[in-house]
Amino acid sequence: MEQGSAQPAAHHHAPPQGFIRNYVFSLDHKVIGLQYYGLALVAVVTGMVLSWFMRIHLAWGAAAIPLLDKLSPNGAPGGVITPEYYLSLMTMHGTIMVFFVLTNAPFAGFGNYFLPIQIGAEDMAFPRFNMMSFWTTLVAFLVLIAAFFVADGPPLSGWTAYAPLSAVGKDSGPGEGLGQSLWGISIALFCIGQLLGSLNFIATTLDLRTKGMTLARMPLSTWAWFITACIGLLAFAVLFPACILLILDRIAGTSFFVPAGLVVSDKLQPHSGGSPLLWQHLFWFFGHPEVYIAILPAMGIISHILPTFTRKPLLGGMRVLTACMIAIGFLSYMVWGHHMFLSGMNPFSALLFSVPTLFITIPATIATLVWLSSIYGANIRFTTPALFCLGFISVFISGGISGFFLAQPSIDTYLHATYFVVAHFHFVMGVAAIFAIFAGTYFWGPKMWGRMMNETLGKWHFWLTFIGVYGIFMPMHYLGLAGNVRRYSAFTDDFLVPLIPVHKFITYSALITGAAQLIFLYNLIWSRFKGPKAADNPWEATSLEWDTTSPPPFDNFGGRHLTVYHGPYEYNVEGSQGDYVMQTSSEAAVEKS
Amino acid sequence: MGKFFAVVLTIITVISAYFVIAHTWWMPVDVSVHGPGVDHQLEETMLGSGILFVLSQLVLAAFVFMFGDSKGARKMKKFPGGATPLVIAAIVLVGIEVLTLSFVGSKVWASIYFTPPDPNSLAVDVQAEQFAFYFRYAGPDGKFGELHPDKIDDGSGNYFGLDPANDVAARDDIVVGSLTIPVNKPILLTLHAKDVGHSFYVRELRIQQDFVPGLVIPIHFTATQTGRFELVCTQLCGLGHYNMKAYVEVVSQDQFDQWLKTQSQ
Repeated sequence: MEQGSAQPAAHHHAPPQGFIRNYVFSLDHKVIGLQYYGLALVAVVTGMVLSWFMRIHLAWGAAAIPLLDKLSPNGAPGGVITPEYYLSLMTMHGTIMVFFVLTNAPFAGFGNYFLPIQIGAEDMAFPRFNMMSFWTTLVAFLVLIAAFFVADGPPLSGWTAYAPLSAVGKDSGPGEGLGQSLWGISIALFCIGQLLGSLNFIATTLDLRTKGMTLARMPLSTWAWFITACIGLLAFAVLFPACILLILDRIAGTSFFVPAGLVVSDKLQPHSGGSPLLWQHLFWFFGHPEVYIAILPAMGIISHILPTFTRKPLLGGMRVLTACMIAIGFLSYMVWGHHMFLSGMNPFSALLFSVPTLFITIPATIATLVWLSSIYGANIRFTTPALFCLGFISVFISGGISGFFLAQPSIDTYLHATYFVVAHFHFVMGVAAIFAIFAGTYFWGPKMWGRMMNETLGKWHFWLTFIGVYGIFMPMHYLGLAGNVRRYSAFTDDFLVPLIPVHKFITYSALITGAAQLIFLYNLIWSRFKGPKAADNPWEATSLEWDTTSPPPFDNFGGRHLTVYHGPYEYNVEGSQGDYVMQTSSEAAVEKS
Repeated sequence: MGKFFAVVLTIITVISAYFVIAHTWWMPVDVSVHGPGVDHQLEETMLGSGILFVLSQLVLAAFVFMFGDSKGARKMKKFPGGATPLVIAAIVLVGIEVLTLSFVGSKVWASIYFTPPDPNSLAVDVQAEQFAFYFRYAGPDGKFGELHPDKIDDGSGNYFGLDPANDVAARDDIVVGSLTIPVNKPILLTLHAKDVGHSFYVRELRIQQDFVPGLVIPIHFTATQTGRFELVCTQLCGLGHYNMKAYVEVVSQDQFDQWLKTQSQ
C-alpha cells in the first residue's frame, strides 16, 4: 500500500494490492475518474426519472404515478404529485443535474481519467487530494438524496435556493425544513470536493507535463479542463461560504440574507439586517461561471474528438480555440448580474451586465465557426462519437442563439422566468454538455475498459436522442414567447390553459427520449463485459492516451517516459505520407512513414 | 449517414423556424406605452438571430452532406482563406450586432426604468405574499398610512400592516385584491414583499419586476387599452406559486372614478 506522499514520485512503484485500495479508496486517477463517471451515471438516471415525473404531472395533473406514493406518501398521495412535491422534484432535478452530472462527468470524470494521460503524467499531482475530492463529492450526493427521506420532504426553493424562501426555515412551507438544510450541507461539501479537484487539475497541468509537452501541444480537452479548473477554483470558493452563511441563517439565527419585518405564515420573523439580493449576488457569481464549468470541458472534448473523425486539423490550429475558451472563462466572471435584471438591483447595472454577456457570443461564435469550417473539405468518418460531435454543434448553436434575447434586459422583462429560459439553458448547458459526455463515452470508452462499444446501438441512440431533444426543448421557446411561466406545478391561468397540448407533446418527447437512453445504458454495460477487444488506437488518433494499452496500465505508460514532438491534431499534414502523426512520433519516423 | 444527418437537421430547422414565422405561439397584443419598444426589440433580435440560426444549421447540414468519408476518392480541402478572415469577420459582424442590440435595447430599458414617473401618476401600493397580491389606494385624503409589519394580520384583512387607530392617513386607505386602473393614465406601483420573493408579471403590459423582501421597488407604466389582464407571480415563492394571481382591470377614467367612490364608502 502506498505511503502518504503527495509527490508525483509517489507513483513510481507497483500497483496497490487489494480490492479496497484498487477500486474503493483508490489513489489512481483513472479509477477516480471512473468513480466520478459512475456517480454521474447514477445521478443522471435519478435526475432524468425526476424529470419524467414532472413532465407527466405537467401534462396530466391528476395522473397517478406508480411507486411514487411508496417513495413519498406525503408528497404524492396515491401517486398523484402535490404542488409542493412538484417543486421538490424540480429542485432536486436541477441540483442533481447541474452539480452531480454536468460538473461531475465532463470535468471531474473525463478530466481525472484523461488529463494526466494526455500530458504524459503517471498520475495527478496530489493523488490523496484526488481521492478525498471524490469521496467528499459522494458524501455530498448522499446527503442530497437523504433529503428525499426526511419528514417534511425535499427542499422546494429551486436549484438557486433564493433567500428568504430558503433561509427562514419551516415557516415558509413544506420542504423548507431539514430538507433545505441538507441541500445547503450537500452543496457546501460539493464545493470542497471541487476546490480540491480544481487545485489538483491546475497543479498537474502546470507541473507534470512530460518532456516536449509544451502548453501549445496540450490537447484542447486538457486546455479546457485546465481553464475550467481555474474557473472552478474561484467560483466554488464563493459558493462555499455562501452556503455556510445560508446554513447559519437557517440554524444559528443569523440574518445574512433575511431582512427585518418579514411576516411568514403569520409569524414576524426574528431576523433583521440581511439582504436577499446578497444571496443572489453570491449565488450567481458562482452560478454563471458554473455554466461554463459545464460547457467548457464539453467544448474541449468536442474539439478533441472532431479532428479524429474529420481527419484534418481544426482551423486556426490550437491558438484560436484556446483563445476562445480563455476569453469565455474570463468573461464568465463579469456577467452574473444578467440573472438579476429584474431583481430590484439598480437598473443601471443591468446595462453593465448586458454588454459583456452579449460579448460572450463573439468567442462562442468563433468556436462554432472553427468547428464548422473544420468539417469543410473533410472526409468525415461517421462513427457514433463523430455523430455526437456534429449533434453537439447543432444544439450548441440552438442554445447559444437564444442567449441573444436573454442577454438584453429590455427583452428579459418579457421572457424572464418563462420557458424560454428553460429552453435556453437546457439546450446550451444541459443537452450540449450531455452530447459531449456521450461523444466522450463512445470515443474513450474503448480506452477506459478496453472494449469497443456497439456502433449500431450507438447510432440508434444518437438519432433518437438528437431528434428527441429538439422535440423536448424547441417547443419550450414557443411556450416562453407566449409567456408560459416556469416553475408552475399546474397551468390554471386563463392564458396558460391553451398551452397544455404543447406540454403534452413535450412530455411525449421526453418519455421517448428518456427511454432511448436505455439503449445507451445497455450498450455501456454490454460493451464493458462483452464488447470486442479494443486496439490501443482504434480511432487512429494522435494524442498520448492512444499511445498506451487499452486500458492503460497502473502508471499509464508501463514505465515508459514519453517525449512529445508534435501538436495534438496532426491529421493529413503536408509532408507526411500517412494520414496522421502521433504526438510522440519523432521527426525521422514521419519521413519514413 | 451524412446525407441522412443533413436531411434530418434541415427538417428540424425548417419546423423550428416555421412556428416562429407563423407566430403560432406568440406574445399577446401589447397594451402599454413602453411595450412597442420591447416588442420591436424582440422582433429585431428574432430576425437577426433567426437568420443566424437557420443559416448556421443549414451550413452544418450542407457541410456534413458534402464531406462524408470518400475512402480516399476525394482530396481533403482546407477552408478557403484560413482562420484569420473568419475570426475577423466574426468579431466585426457579431461585434456590430451586439453593440447595436446594446444601444437600441438600452433605450428601451431606459424608457422603462430611467425615466422618472409622471408627477400626476396614480400611486398604488402592492403587497405580495404567499400566495396573493393586495393593492392599496391612498383614499380621499391622497395620503398612504404608514406600514407596520408587526400589525400585519391576514385574518382581519390587515394585509399591509396599517394602524388606523393611531394613524389618520391609514383610515381611508383602500385595500383590494385586484388592480383597477384608468386607461391612459400613468401608474406608479410601489412593490412590497411580506414574506419571501415574488414577482409582478403582466404579459400584456410587458412588465415583470421582482418583489424583494426588505426592498421597496417602484415601477411605472401607462396602459393604453381597457380590458382585464392576468397578473401572475414569476418568482418561486412556495407550494402555491402556480396559483398566485390577480387581475388587472384597465377601465375608463369615469369608470375608475366611480369604482374608487364605491370603494371609499
